[in-house]
Amino acid sequence: MRRVVVTGLGLVTPLGSGVETVWRRLIAGESGLKAIDQFQVDDLPARVAGVIPRGDGSDGTFNADDWMEPKEQRKVDDFIVFAMAAATQALEDSGWKPETEDEKYATGVLIGSGIGGLQGIEEAAHVLRDKGPRRLSPFFIPGRLINLASGQVSIRHGLKGPNHAVVTACSTGAHAIGDAARLIAFGDADVMVAGGTESPVCRIAVAGFAACKALSTGFNDEPTRASRPYDRDRDGFVMGEGAGIVVLEEREHAIARGAKIYGEVIGYGLSGDAFHITAPAMDGDGAYRCMSAALKRAGVSASEIDYINAHGTSTPLGDEIELGAVTRLVGNAAGKITMSSTKSAIGHLLGAAGSVEAIFSLLAIRDQVAPPTLNLDNPSVETPIDLVPRAAKPMPIEIALSNSFGFGGTNASLVFRRHHA
Amino acid sequence: MSDIAERVKKIVVEHLGVDAEKVTENASFIDDLGADSLDTVELVMAFEEEFGCEIPDDAAETILTVGDATKFLEKNAAQA
Repeated sequence: MRRVVVTGLGLVTPLGSGVETVWRRLIAGESGLKAIDQFQVDDLPARVAGVIPRGDGSDGTFNADDWMEPKEQRKVDDFIVFAMAAATQALEDSGWKPETEDEKYATGVLIGSGIGGLQGIEEAAHVLRDKGPRRLSPFFIPGRLINLASGQVSIRHGLKGPNHAVVTACSTGAHAIGDAARLIAFGDADVMVAGGTESPVCRIAVAGFAACKALSTGFNDEPTRASRPYDRDRDGFVMGEGAGIVVLEEREHAIARGAKIYGEVIGYGLSGDAFHITAPAMDGDGAYRCMSAALKRAGVSASEIDYINAHGTSTPLGDEIELGAVTRLVGNAAGKITMSSTKSAIGHLLGAAGSVEAIFSLLAIRDQVAPPTLNLDNPSVETPIDLVPRAAKPMPIEIALSNSFGFGGTNASLVFRRHHA
Repeated sequence: MSDIAERVKKIVVEHLGVDAEKVTENASFIDDLGADSLDTVELVMAFEEEFGCEIPDDAAETILTVGDATKFLEKNAAQA
């Protein structure tokens, strides 16, 4: 099978737009969580979210006009705009610009989203009810469909290879990268633009997740303290918006053109809980099996893992189940494992979480530093695993694993290895 | 330019994101102003909303230029 490396990264997150801004702030221990003020929340139990800092595009702020013409933005939901921004960043970072028809055929797109255009669906429902079907925009459907993120990116950049999309709730971003890497390994493409995107910071989504009792409600007046994985006072996850997109490339293809290589995708594992629509299985067996499958594919043992970017959403049940599965996986090596949850800083980006966190894992490898778990003041369990409380930890990182688990009991793990030329 | 022509021009500029000077009477939405077939559907909806009239599909198919729209609306607009 052909080997696959990562040659480009793109990020739009609550810590800003652009990989270096987001990463610098993450390592500095800054938080992107704030009180929601862009829509009515006084009747909602959860009033905190990870919100992208909008601005004129300077200082790492996000200016949608830099990535998509205003008249095009009007036709689509934000998840597509975020995907356009992150994909364009990743392609520019990679230096890959297909010119010939053959190069375009060999370059594909696989971008997913957990939910897609919920905000636009809500608005269109109101138009339909209040004004009737003749007032429904022709852009309603193509502006909400999840695969239109991949479609828009392919149209903008002329990418004519496989065009695909993943929808697996909070595992979407990880599945997108893993599946795209396989398309390259199998020879369906030489280069894939892959990742996840999500725009859930809207009233209907917050209300919906709050109804599932999944969101933090106890820190509405202290937003930066609301996401606190492994801490005894955690009470649910904090929703965040954004996109994380990578450029994956067949290894020899990347080396031949002298591309910068962030790391190699050496493992990808998938599993299902077959247990409950929203709750994780208490025994953590699904998490254990997807990590095991990824390591088997990678051909490395659990004791060789240096850093784990946890799913760690800050829910009372999920964090400890994942920790239990990791403990079972690594056995006696627990004392040398470092695991942190970057959701403590940006919240849970749902369909974008897995790809954003894959990028954090690759940057951890690049800079040899594990990002911190913010707000981990009083761990709820004792563990020999270093959960990187509050401050980043410089350390040697050769192999990193990133976990994602989603509603429906869908699990994915990715394993990356540092690239040595 | 009539009041209706001004309002048509304003809608076209807003919806298609084009410079006002390109929106001449003979400008074709698709050939000159970069619209696609969905854009023209939305434009017709915007005209209906602005002028409080209904533009049937067979009439909409004959509205290809800025001038076509102005002429149709001068005849049919309820709020001209």
